[in-house]
Amino acid sequence: MRDVPVPPAPIALLAELTHRCPLSCPYCSNPLELTAREAELDTATWARVFAEAADLGVLQLHLSGGEPASRRDLEELVAAARAAGLYVNLITSGIGLTEARLGALEEAGLDHVQLSLQGVRAGIADRIGGYRGGFDRKMEVARAVVARGLPLTLNAVMHRQNMDDLAETLEMAHAMGARRIEVACVQFYGWALRNREALLPTRAQVEEAKRTVAAAVRDYRGRMAIDFVPPDYYADYPKACMGGWGSTGLNVAPDGTVLPCHAAGTIPSLRFQKVTEAPLSEIWTHGPAFKAFRGHDWMSEPCRSCDRRDIDHGGCRCQAMALAGDPAATDPVCRFSPHRALVDATLEALPKEKLPEMAYRR
Amino acid sequence: MSDPVVRMPRGVRLHDDRVRGLPVLLGPERALMLDEIGQAILSELGTGMRLSVLIDRLAKRYAAPRDEIADDVREFLDNLQVQRLLDYADA
Repeated sequence: MRDVPVPPAPIALLAELTHRCPLSCPYCSNPLELTAREAELDTATWARVFAEAADLGVLQLHLSGGEPASRRDLEELVAAARAAGLYVNLITSGIGLTEARLGALEEAGLDHVQLSLQGVRAGIADRIGGYRGGFDRKMEVARAVVARGLPLTLNAVMHRQNMDDLAETLEMAHAMGARRIEVACVQFYGWALRNREALLPTRAQVEEAKRTVAAAVRDYRGRMAIDFVPPDYYADYPKACMGGWGSTGLNVAPDGTVLPCHAAGTIPSLRFQKVTEAPLSEIWTHGPAFKAFRGHDWMSEPCRSCDRRDIDHGGCRCQAMALAGDPAATDPVCRFSPHRALVDATLEALPKEKLPEMAYRR
Repeated sequence: MSDPVVRMPRGVRLHDDRVRGLPVLLGPERALMLDEIGQAILSELGTGMRLSVLIDRLAKRYAAPRDEIADDVREFLDNLQVQRLLDYADA
């Protein structure tokens, strides 16, 4: 008997409505192989998925992509999600959100907007996003969102090339009226892994960023909430990825493939199901990909007998796959991992000055 | 700010979680499962009121000594305000 527990109800669903996006960030969390528009789920199927998710216990729906505004039916999808009783968060670059569309989304019941930020000035933002004029458009969208009274979170994606702008980024977020900022250091999967040498910050940058965030949490207390996702390569212990595999959230890819996390498709041994093949509750509870890393039986040492096994759950399965070639290995960033030397070697080999060219997501 | 007007801002709302059988406070990237006390405070608050009025009402509704509950109420609200799940307007 395997001690795979009955999973609790999931809290969040990330719906990747499309992989289409006007930006081409070199750390995009979409897979290296993008799904074509023709394979995307239609409006009615997404609406059914949202209703099934709410019945399963999902409370938070994150509408993401690609750029979700690339879907012409975004307003309909928001309305369907609200009708299902979900809290609807739009994760967007802002590109494609005209004043008229924002009005329609607000009318449809959109709860919250999370706007991504590639840089604090047009030069770096447009270079990283690979889209000229994107920064100015984004600032217009931020103003329009705040003017409507919709709550705004700025999601500032940080890495070696913009981490020195962190204090300025926090100031900008507050000045534009963001209620929250997520300082999200790039995590290295897919596109970001491919561009790791150019994106992984230095230890000095990370230490400075931690000090900056600590000061900002004090300075902006009560005025702006700050969440910080540090780069895990410099940590002693791994992140509790997804709060434990298949325990709190799920992803649905544009073609309806249901994944335990956005990068799970990088684990070749896993078998995934689509929302067009089985009910979401069935996939969540009994799907082989979701059961694969629940509980402790899949763990090897040092995780299996570790005091921290229910704190960080062995870290990230996709990172174990990417760095150690084994999805059941201890996350190699862990100081107890037999593969930690791989991470240290990467840190030591970081370029001192000139960074390599990046492969942009296409 | 000793007696602010406490408001639930747009984008934050109480939700009846029928799957878990619990009241939940939903906000940006947050889903807080509420205990009985949290539910009592937030359902009394509605869309908003002055802190002193809220405490008066809770004291009356639960026949509790005002001084005893005032600090607990304030602590609960402060915790949400720091997360920007509640707004304090000037007293």
